[in-house]
Amino acid sequence: MNTSDTLVRLSKAGIYKDKKWLVRDVDLEINRGKIVTLIGPNGSGKTTTAKIALGLYKSISGNVERNTQNISYVPQKVSIDWTLPVRVIDFMVLTQNLKQDDISEALDLTGVKHLKRSNLRDLSGGEFQRVLLARAIAKKPDLLVLDEPVQGVDFTGEVALYSLIKEISEKLNCGILLISHDLHVVMSATDYVVCLNGHVCCCGTPKDVAQSKHYKELFGEKSAELLSIYEHNHDHVHSSDGNIIKEIK
Amino acid sequence: MLDDFLVRAIIAGIGIALVTGPLGCFVVWRRLSFFGDTLAHSALLGVLLSISLNINVSLTIFVVSSLVALILLRLEKSTNLAGDSLLGLISHSSLAIGLVILGFLSFIRFDVLGVLFGDILSVNTNDLLFIWIGGGLILAVLFYIWKPLFASTVNYELAEAEGMNPERVNAIFTILLAALIAISIKMIGVLLITGLLIIPTAMARNLSNNPKQMVVLSIIGGLLSVFIGLYASFEINTASGPSIVVVALILFILSLIRIGKKNYEK
Repeated sequence: MNTSDTLVRLSKAGIYKDKKWLVRDVDLEINRGKIVTLIGPNGSGKTTTAKIALGLYKSISGNVERNTQNISYVPQKVSIDWTLPVRVIDFMVLTQNLKQDDISEALDLTGVKHLKRSNLRDLSGGEFQRVLLARAIAKKPDLLVLDEPVQGVDFTGEVALYSLIKEISEKLNCGILLISHDLHVVMSATDYVVCLNGHVCCCGTPKDVAQSKHYKELFGEKSAELLSIYEHNHDHVHSSDGNIIKEIK
Repeated sequence: MLDDFLVRAIIAGIGIALVTGPLGCFVVWRRLSFFGDTLAHSALLGVLLSISLNINVSLTIFVVSSLVALILLRLEKSTNLAGDSLLGLISHSSLAIGLVILGFLSFIRFDVLGVLFGDILSVNTNDLLFIWIGGGLILAVLFYIWKPLFASTVNYELAEAEGMNPERVNAIFTILLAALIAISIKMIGVLLITGLLIIPTAMARNLSNNPKQMVVLSIIGGLLSVFIGLYASFEINTASGPSIVVVALILFILSLIRIGKKNYEK
């Protein structure tokens, strides 16, 4: 293990592209055994931030420090070209060599062991998502980056998969960067929450966030109106592209 | 035995089919068939340069095609043109430049049809050596980069995030394509090499449900095309390249019957 428990550290990281900041000034730290969750509206830079952490951009502003090479990634969208005949079992060993037992174990954990020999093209959206997650955990990574890992998974499955993610972070002592829209789960299973809207809007432990007045505004009685979740009352106001346009005292 | 041109052609054909199988799979998976065409067209330029400068043909083709491949990779990044427009631009420009040079070389007796469609009669023992050593090298490199190349074919960002270097293996792969074209031009010809790359692979796609199976089947398809094509070319006196590709097409059509059945059963 590294002397430091910090797997990835972003300092003032951002991307400026086509005369526009996709995301800017993100400070973020992912530690072993901890789950960090990114929340925020569409286009707020969640996926971009995850990709910065993964080192997928060539030119970024700010600084990224990565202390591990053993990384697993579940992208937001994976489309398998129809020209490519790939079975689940082939996909599991895409970037890694695995024993048959490890493959079966990982598929069993995400509940898709019976699909081991199926073709990826024949899976449903939820099944495919379970396979993506199984592939990522089978590698026993130090850092796991999950971009909306349970999209399309049925409700009971969703709960089970989130508790599996929690379990994995403890069992493997790995750091997890999670992007999720499912705020209730986020609040119960996460160690640290970062709310993005082109920059870091607010962050802290779920408890801190939950006790803050922002959280009550977010998850109070009006939480049924899900859209209002993102209309926080912070100390500043955003323009539509996420720039800060007004400070409120 | 190597004195017999048919035996030489068959040995050459086996060597080429062993390489076109796996490379063809990646060409199909990555949707690079037009890219292969462009490299092949630039091979005509290579042939003519080699004649006018009097240097080895295969080597010149390899250098010219590799250069074209690298220029293409470069241009794709630095212009706003779509990939297919760029390919058309390079493909036809290199063909045109080649033909203009050909005009200057009128004093040399030169078999254009042979370059365009392949000529088994012209395959000598030297070429055999080039095909088998070159082909062996191509397969060795492909085997070495197989995992990262396949991973980045399935998902570029996933491969990169998990520590592979997709950009580098992509560049290596295009060089391998250029090398294949260099060793196979004499046999198949500039216009038809992409056919041998993708038609047996397309057949294999119809019959396979995993990547390894597809590679093996496309090698078998390529070998069958070469054997039957060369035999037909010998017996009924047709050009070797087109005969091989026509056989490949027939195999592809046969594979459709199987797929039709599968769909019906569903």
